Amino acid sequence: MRTTGRPTGFFHDLFLRNFSSKLAVTPMVLTVLVIFIGCTAWTVTYSFTNSRLLPSLDFIGFDQYVRLFKDSRWQTSVRNIAIYGVFSLTFTMVVGFLLAVLMDQKIRFESVFRTVYLYPFALSFIVTGLVWQWIMNPAFGLQESVRNLGWAGFTFDWLTNRNMVIGALLIAGIWQGTGFVMVLLLAGLRSVDEEVWKAARVDGIPTWRTYISIIIPMMRGTFVTTFVIVGSGIVRLYDLVVALTGGGPGISSEVPTKYVFNYMFGAGNIGQGLAASTVMLLTVLIILIPWAFYEFRPRRDR
Amino acid sequence: MTTEITTTELKGPSGPKPKKLLTPQRILIYVILTMFAIYFLLPLYVMLMTSFKEMPEIRLGQIFSPPTQGWTLEPWFKAWNSACTGLYCEGLKVGFWNSVKITVPSTIVSVFISALNGYALVNWRFKGSEVFFAILIFGSFIPYQVMLYPLVILLSQAKIFATLQGVIVIHTIFGMPILTLLFRNYFASLPQELFKAARVDGAGFWRIFFQIMVPMSLPIFVVAVILQVTGIWNDFLFGIVFAGTSNYPMTVQLNNIINSMQGVKEYNVNMAATILTGLVPLTIYFISGKWFVRGIAAGAVKG
Repeated sequence: MRTTGRPTGFFHDLFLRNFSSKLAVTPMVLTVLVIFIGCTAWTVTYSFTNSRLLPSLDFIGFDQYVRLFKDSRWQTSVRNIAIYGVFSLTFTMVVGFLLAVLMDQKIRFESVFRTVYLYPFALSFIVTGLVWQWIMNPAFGLQESVRNLGWAGFTFDWLTNRNMVIGALLIAGIWQGTGFVMVLLLAGLRSVDEEVWKAARVDGIPTWRTYISIIIPMMRGTFVTTFVIVGSGIVRLYDLVVALTGGGPGISSEVPTKYVFNYMFGAGNIGQGLAASTVMLLTVLIILIPWAFYEFRPRRDR
Repeated sequence: MTTEITTTELKGPSGPKPKKLLTPQRILIYVILTMFAIYFLLPLYVMLMTSFKEMPEIRLGQIFSPPTQGWTLEPWFKAWNSACTGLYCEGLKVGFWNSVKITVPSTIVSVFISALNGYALVNWRFKGSEVFFAILIFGSFIPYQVMLYPLVILLSQAKIFATLQGVIVIHTIFGMPILTLLFRNYFASLPQELFKAARVDGAGFWRIFFQIMVPMSLPIFVVAVILQVTGIWNDFLFGIVFAGTSNYPMTVQLNNIINSMQGVKEYNVNMAATILTGLVPLTIYFISGKWFVRGIAAGAVKG
């Protein structure tokens, strides 16, 4: 190691030492400073202004936020994403874990099952949305098929039913995402030491008890990570809504991302769109900050 | 109580080795797994069957039955060549080539930059590098909508808004966090002696990267490329905002074909178009198999 005889000015420290390395990470540093910090700060700042068709620095305090939360379209959006989030998170986590446990029983054709469960995840949300739009088409889809089988009163009109349209989004979203959760949790299950299982068996603990009292607590890290990934994905839900329902019928399946998009690029009310996206940012931070504390807390074993 | 069971368990081997039979419990497992498999496969089956049917048969409303009045390839040709997306009726092929033009450079650039990032973060640390990395990862969770408008302004000022270059830049930026994480973890797992030996031999930053790190990291490059190609191909939001009408990727065109208001809906053409759009990621998924799974397990943060 050459630690002596180097020039050590401030300028040298900041730029020249490890010059190639610093050059190589310039794109990352610029991305962090300009995009992640700069653009986010820009959005938050302008959410307090009276920007309409074009951004302007005419500050009006919290007016945009007050207007936002009075807007029934926004209220609907928030309620929809909350319902979607709770059901989708619960279902994908529970079923994903159940499938992972079953897949972990040394079954045959494991890779075939895994391939089948996961392939929807490889598809675009647009593709997923359009496929389910076709299956749930009230005139020709599942409803008509079942009626043609002889059950004339059968109704499955979720796409055109204001109260059930979130259910339609859930069916498609769960179809897309469950396999992904299964894969993450299966990886977590496989990382549990075989000795733990042996010890539990020796102690005569039934399998289901072992899962609940030993394995799940041991997999806490995997669960938290999966939760964060799925959770921040839910906040971003956009493509699926555009493709499956277009926000309809009426405004009954609107979501915050779509609200933001419409106000920024459609309605010419940028300020309100920026206020809405700032609220989304806060939501994600509420999910992320506890996770960051959990993930990066000082640990003795690292 | 525990000790009692332990002693019986530890009696040691006696009697013939138990044959592995299909117990009721295992049959139940397979039944459940198969039922889920059917649920997951059903949409793909419906898509395929619909795309081979003529419209009169589709109107009968038997979505789950295979074509009974003859199979047709017509919807596929129409989806590719002449389906209407808004103003134009040139089919999906335009969007397909746009997607190729977007995906190939974005993948190459973002994988290269991220590999360099990961390498620098592991082997050439400097003051603040870990902080930048932490913000990068944290930033990847921020909803894109938060950064969308200022990015439009930035790209307009750089005169690349509504161009292919613009959307390529955006994909490169947002691909960076997860790929950097991937490469950083991989390079950290390589034996550091190699790096030190190369240093002693006088190799510098770039030489070590190209002659030692890259050749040793082909597996992780494969994973990164799979993640990026599928991710960028499936993107909708960046395409619709940044690409500009004439550069719309396939996903945007597909949505325009199906969700446009005018004309009679041709469900068979729609389903053929949907399969065509899903074909590239599906092919990658089926060919790459384990690599894809490794990729999402290692870096599914991009979603």
